[in-house]
Amino acid sequence: MTRRTAADPHRGSLGPPGGREHRHDLLREMLRIRRFEERCVELYSAGEIRGFVHLCIGEEAVSVGVHQALTPEDSVVTTYREHGHALARGIPMAAVLAEMLGRVTGCSRGRGGSMHLFDVGRRFYGGHGIVAGGIPVAAGLALADRMRGRPNLTCCFFGDGAVAEGEFHETANLAALWDLPLLMVCENNLYAMGTPLAREHAQIDLAARAASYGLVAWAVDGMDVLAVERAVRRAAQAVREGAGPYFLELRTYRFRAHSMYDPDLYRDKAEIEQWKQRDPITLLTDRMRAEDGFDDAGLDLVEKEVSEELERAVEEAGKGGLEPPEDLLRFVYSPAGERP
Amino acid sequence: MTGAKAAREPTYRDALREALREALAADERVFLMGEDVGRYGGAFGVSLGLLDEFGPDRVRDTPLSESAFVGAGVGAAIAGLRPIVEVMTVNFSLLALDQILNNAATLLHMSGGQVAVPLVIRMTTGAGRQLAAQHSHSLEGWYAHIPGIRVLAPATLDDARYMLAPALADPDPVVIFEHGSLYNVTGTPDPGAAPVDLDSAAVRRAGSDVTLITHGGSLGKALEAAERLATDSIEAEVVDLRTLRPLDDATALASVARTHRAVVIDEGWRTAGLSAEVAARIAEQGFYDLDAPVERVCGAEVPVPYARQLEEAALPQVAGIVAAARRAVG
Amino acid sequence: MAEFTMPALGADMTEGTLLEWLVHPGDRVARGDIVAVVDTAKAAIEVECFETGTVERLLVEPGATVPVGAAMAVIDTVKSAPEPAPGLAPEPARAGGPGATPLVRHLAEDSGVDLAAVHGTGPGGRITRADVVAAVPGKWTGKRQVAPRRPATGAQALPSGSRVRATPLARRVAAEAGLDLATVTGTGTDGAVRVSDVRAVIGTASPPTPPPTPPAPSPESAQTRAAADRQQAMRRAVGDLMARSKREIPHYYLSTTVGLSPAIDWLRARNRQLPVSKRLVPAALLLKAAALAAREVPQLNGFWTDGGFVRAPAVHLGVAVALRGGGLVAPAIHDAADLSPAELMARLRDLVTRARAGRLRGSETTDPTITVTSLGDQGVEAVFGVIYPPQVALVGLGRVVERPWAVDGMLGVRPVVTATLSADHRASDGATGARYLAALDRLLQKPEEL
Repeated sequence: MTRRTAADPHRGSLGPPGGREHRHDLLREMLRIRRFEERCVELYSAGEIRGFVHLCIGEEAVSVGVHQALTPEDSVVTTYREHGHALARGIPMAAVLAEMLGRVTGCSRGRGGSMHLFDVGRRFYGGHGIVAGGIPVAAGLALADRMRGRPNLTCCFFGDGAVAEGEFHETANLAALWDLPLLMVCENNLYAMGTPLAREHAQIDLAARAASYGLVAWAVDGMDVLAVERAVRRAAQAVREGAGPYFLELRTYRFRAHSMYDPDLYRDKAEIEQWKQRDPITLLTDRMRAEDGFDDAGLDLVEKEVSEELERAVEEAGKGGLEPPEDLLRFVYSPAGERP
Repeated sequence: MTGAKAAREPTYRDALREALREALAADERVFLMGEDVGRYGGAFGVSLGLLDEFGPDRVRDTPLSESAFVGAGVGAAIAGLRPIVEVMTVNFSLLALDQILNNAATLLHMSGGQVAVPLVIRMTTGAGRQLAAQHSHSLEGWYAHIPGIRVLAPATLDDARYMLAPALADPDPVVIFEHGSLYNVTGTPDPGAAPVDLDSAAVRRAGSDVTLITHGGSLGKALEAAERLATDSIEAEVVDLRTLRPLDDATALASVARTHRAVVIDEGWRTAGLSAEVAARIAEQGFYDLDAPVERVCGAEVPVPYARQLEEAALPQVAGIVAAARRAVG
Repeated sequence: MAEFTMPALGADMTEGTLLEWLVHPGDRVARGDIVAVVDTAKAAIEVECFETGTVERLLVEPGATVPVGAAMAVIDTVKSAPEPAPGLAPEPARAGGPGATPLVRHLAEDSGVDLAAVHGTGPGGRITRADVVAAVPGKWTGKRQVAPRRPATGAQALPSGSRVRATPLARRVAAEAGLDLATVTGTGTDGAVRVSDVRAVIGTASPPTPPPTPPAPSPESAQTRAAADRQQAMRRAVGDLMARSKREIPHYYLSTTVGLSPAIDWLRARNRQLPVSKRLVPAALLLKAAALAAREVPQLNGFWTDGGFVRAPAVHLGVAVALRGGGLVAPAIHDAADLSPAELMARLRDLVTRARAGRLRGSETTDPTITVTSLGDQGVEAVFGVIYPPQVALVGLGRVVERPWAVDGMLGVRPVVTATLSADHRASDGATGARYLAALDRLLQKPEEL
């Protein structure tokens, strides 16, 4: 097997588009996710949202950065920590929130909840609750694009924990063997629930392990949204051009517990504080203050815009009806005549 | 950990932990492994504190690799150790199904009796906590389909506390299903109780008019239904199968011979499920004792939905059990 | 003012225990600050508040266990904006009880239940989810959720005229009692006959000790062989007796058709006022009439022995009972002419049960003075039987059928039965036999006098 090589993503001809305005957009997108997640904590504590809820506070640069490089024709498969991905993909806030409130107006009709957001119209093929369970599915989506000669890619998100699962390794080999248009994005937040990376993996350089299968693999600073976007744009372009599957290890951190069910007793508080120094929203704001003349007034404006959107979404989501139990057995089989 | 633990009545979770502690202390061949069982204390808090007590050799954290660590449990058991493997939930156990079915349950037979696998596997099963379709299924009936393993479903604190020792003493693989809704149930395990006879079902309530046959997470609902029926002078007998394989059908059949009516309650799906097996055995062996068709109250044939009202509609509930019992009694 | 409440910190958390306060009254708190440590039965968890302001007072002492949603502290929220209308403030904890969790409140709202009217069964009288569900019967749990394509149990009314619907236990008990299930009114689903219906008819309130369930037929089992041997012996005995009867007894045969309208009408009227256990079937009247007619025509009631006829002092009515697996016995109902139809029915049932269980008394097998055979339940209209030696007559009763029937020159559809007589020509002749059948007919026209 020949090891593929690729240019360093940070020094390429592909700069981020738009400059100043674009950075403003990125900030707004990350704030949308941050404030949304904070509201989820509140709604969960009040008993409005139930089940398992996994927040991506601290990891906003990953979802916002990656989605910049995806087109509406690309497919997305993700994990149960997917609120940010759903919002960045363009699923309306109200539909995501209504899902968590169990309303029929939710993007999965209230049947999926926080871990299982789906929007096939946006080619968003779900949050998967089984670790690594979505990875082979993503390979299949990519295979279909390839077989039909479409210029699309499938972007698959998973965590560092999934790299320990057999399904990841089997799929990595298959995707490389068949040159699938698959973009594997490992959201490495250093903990598989309560287990730190070094206690889970003998070789913690995940990109190096992916490369051993013949994937082009880069490790990227997952707290810097601009770095994420740059890397993903390059990788996506290469994948679209038929360079085979890419693996991006985005090094990030979650500021909150694994889930609302997790007492978070396995992490040092100092470590969390240290990572908060590299809060993706602060990093971008600081840069905008330095380069774009951005100031507190500008930030307040963005916050206000996000806050209004969020309040509207909360109100709208709360108005959603509950699916009657009489409809329980729907969607177990497709209705006659609906088979593709 | 901040602050001191408030004193409180022991829970099902505590009973399981006490059983693990006793097993680890009693036999140095016993060790526990699984995802987050050590430093984290178990995804559901069952093994909290055991790492400090027994050390990382005997309370082993594993990577997220069900097939690998369940398979390693099979190998360690063959080599003479007594592993207890925790799989986080039954849905995740499907990643290890190959090891459980094609190795653990099969090696003894396939080797002509040479290779026994004294392995204990624990996992959480069941719905009721709005965890949606990938964390809520009840697949213990599937496992009960497999010859070569023993399947246990402790539904009481006593069973949680006293089933592990006999399971470890079993020369063959034992799979123990802990219903997620039970962990916080409080009670006081009988301190002098003997190890549970794993070949016997338990009659949890005596009655003469109808037999409610169930296991695991539905036991509480069946008992509540029995209370509600009693207010109408219908005396329901409640049988807790507790060992799903080998199935102690004698206890259930003896009860049906007295009551002449049976309602089988199973959170699992109806079609080809455990409830079908129980109903078939009643028809085979208790046909002439029946004075009403066997009733079944099962989980709806649907992946468990998230929304509360749908999840509740998808699961056996007290009212449905009461209605089925009334139909049977006429 | 705002309340700091016990948060929901897990999928299965309904209550939490306060371990420690990290703030004191008068402390400033900001949204997101950790203010308390709560034990959730899984672990101690630091909990944050969602308000900014000053801690006004703490409502809960460390060590206390409170339900999710219960107020734990009051926070004076400093706001530049005016306070919201009081109606928007979170509901204070219910006086006189811990109230209900938010989940339960939502459930109540969704189900249109007024919590004030619900009796709480939870700890400390708290209203639980089950209490709310119980207050809405059928809302979430009780009612059938979906109309399935087929009834789940396959319980459908059978077309009328098909075999009786009865439970296995009811069949077993009825068979042991010799009770025809067609005569039993079922109270089960779709009119299925249940064991209680059978026992009501038989009149045994409490179940007898069930005999062992008959073994499943495995062709080579010893029991099966023994049964087969017994059957063969029985067959041989019946065959020998009947061969002797046909060899030695010059039979003559008579037949008449008896209109049963009055009898059936009278039965129907009588049964309507009676519990199931006291109801009569036509067979009871027919037997009684057969016994009375035998008393009226004594030349047919007795034995042919040593070349002569000996009249019997009483009517001991033999009834032919077909045994399971073949064979026939015809034990006696003693003094049948003196019994009421109801007593006759009870005796008949008892006799059939014991005959089939092989527990007949010796006198019953030797005493019959005249025998009745009824094949009506087999759908036969007329039976011309073979006399049981040493008796001199055998009465055959067919099925009660509806036929066009003329009475006083008017044609109608009426229930009728064909009664036959096989008699020993050595002891009587046709005229005597004809008197017997005429008496039977006459007696059946006045059922109230039977």
